[in-house]
Amino acid sequence: MKPMKPSARTSEYLAKGMIWAAAMSVMIVLVAIIVYILIKGLPVLNFSFLTQNPYNMGRSGGIASTIVGTLYITLVAILIAVPFGIGTAFYLAEYTRENIITRIIRFSAESLAGIPSIIYGLFGFIFFVIYLGMGWSILAGGLTLAFMVLPTIIRTSEEAIRAVPQIYREASYSLGATKWQTIIKTVFPSAIQGIVNGIILSVGRCIAETAAVIFTAGSVLSMPFSLFDSTRTMAVHFYILASEGVSMENAYGTAALLIILIFVVNVGVNLLVSRFINKNQKR
Amino acid sequence: MEKTQKKIKIKVEKINLFYGTSHALGDINADIYENSITAVIGPSGCGKSTFLRLFNRMNDLIPGVTINGRILLNGENIYAKDTYVVELRKKVGMVFQKPNIFPMSIRDNVIIGPKHHGTKKKQDLDIIVERSLRQAALWDDFKDNLFKPGLSLSPGEQQRLCIARALAVEPEIILFDESCSALDPESTMRIEDLMSELSKKYTIIIVTHNMEQAARVSHMSAFFMIDDDKIGRLVEYRPTGDMFANPKDKRTEDYITGRYG
Ligand SMILES: Nc1ncnc2c1ncn2[C@@H]1O[C@H](COP(=O)(O)OP(=O)(O)OP(=O)(O)O)[C@@H](O)[C@H]1O
Ligand SMILES: [Mg+2]
Repeated sequence: MKPMKPSARTSEYLAKGMIWAAAMSVMIVLVAIIVYILIKGLPVLNFSFLTQNPYNMGRSGGIASTIVGTLYITLVAILIAVPFGIGTAFYLAEYTRENIITRIIRFSAESLAGIPSIIYGLFGFIFFVIYLGMGWSILAGGLTLAFMVLPTIIRTSEEAIRAVPQIYREASYSLGATKWQTIIKTVFPSAIQGIVNGIILSVGRCIAETAAVIFTAGSVLSMPFSLFDSTRTMAVHFYILASEGVSMENAYGTAALLIILIFVVNVGVNLLVSRFINKNQKR
Repeated sequence: MEKTQKKIKIKVEKINLFYGTSHALGDINADIYENSITAVIGPSGCGKSTFLRLFNRMNDLIPGVTINGRILLNGENIYAKDTYVVELRKKVGMVFQKPNIFPMSIRDNVIIGPKHHGTKKKQDLDIIVERSLRQAALWDDFKDNLFKPGLSLSPGEQQRLCIARALAVEPEIILFDESCSALDPESTMRIEDLMSELSKKYTIIIVTHNMEQAARVSHMSAFFMIDDDKIGRLVEYRPTGDMFANPKDKRTEDYITGRYG
């Protein structure tokens, strides 16, 4: 290879430096935000904060009911969105050629992905809460969030499915596998990592959502029991505590727990998936 | 050689294949003999792979393909309306150009086919694993490492694992599409030895760009080339020894001599 011209080398270094600087500044800002919230919030987190229900509009007491509400709503949303999302993705990627229907589905999914979450909240309020008479409830909130994350799950799953090399499908068919066997035993295991990434992203968005949830699940502070109870999620609790100046201290505590929760979901699910993949490799 | 007395396993009758409107194979007729190795040779793009993929109906997976004509396997037309393609593919195994083993253990790669077809018991699967790996000359090296990821094997070993995987469903015919082209000479030799060994029990059809390979392993050779209308034609189809010694068609002669160089 010819040695680079000095000017070419300088611009090479310059470009490298700029890219590095950009990446570093993003990282510093992110780390700073997280560290700041943890510093402010961690001291508040103790056993009674996690296990007591809020009193006095959240000025005192803990956040137990909001933790339960968050997990409850997220679970409902994910349990609904994942099967429909993955099913749609397999339909789009494996069962149809490009046609008017796939184009409509894809166009809708893409449009839905770009809509601000408060619009979902409004839709959920009008449709689930009022029209279907669910009232402010975990069910209405979960359904609304399911609609909100569906496009993400469809898109990431479809991409993951399409990324599975064609030679795997051919190998499977050549062994006399049916289409269904090929999808379940060959395509799905190879796409699972990508599919799960989409689910994790969606869980994070459900946990962190405020606007859509306030409209559909309400903001009741008591411990929810049934699907038809109203609840207040952690994110909503944080928003109300902070915006109405109820208690900054408890707001930071809630925020810190939110961050930890999302982190735990990320790491936990990834561990599960790598266990699954290893099991698939080793049996 | 005794090959002349061999039974006809597959009869190709007037096959025409179109990718959309482009005519890839024109009026192909050929008899494939049982327990023999048939080599398919010819320049790039002449339709060798397309021809090979007729036998396990792999071309069906490609949108817009039209196939006319008949292929009789054991006397039955595999392009008949009521053919169950899944059953056909159990009878006709395939080894591809690049080793395409699944990201699973050696054992799981071998048993995936039999499991699809309903073999569930561990003892039965164990027998299949040992038999298939022995046939592919992998058993001695890996019998204590069956749970090793298949992808950790060398390319040559991976290709032999692909052969074992195909053998596990007990096919009658095995197709090889340039299965040695990505391998070093030694691995190639081992696979060629395997092919010769397997041809005692199975009917084998290979596509190869390597004339020495065709001459070394095959009993019959089919030379394909596109004609002036870009349609893939079977130009010459004869016992390999005869065809390589004195090709009847000028195009065959040019190709073979050019390739031997
Ligand atoms: N999926 C496809 N769609 C459309 N045309 C195709 C497709 N596959 C192959 N063809 C065309 O059909 C002809 C024969 O292709 P084929 O792959 O069978 O040739 P080949 O002899 O195997 O070539 P090579 O030696 O390069 O592997 C070529 O002109 C090719 O472009
Ligand atoms: Mg080819």
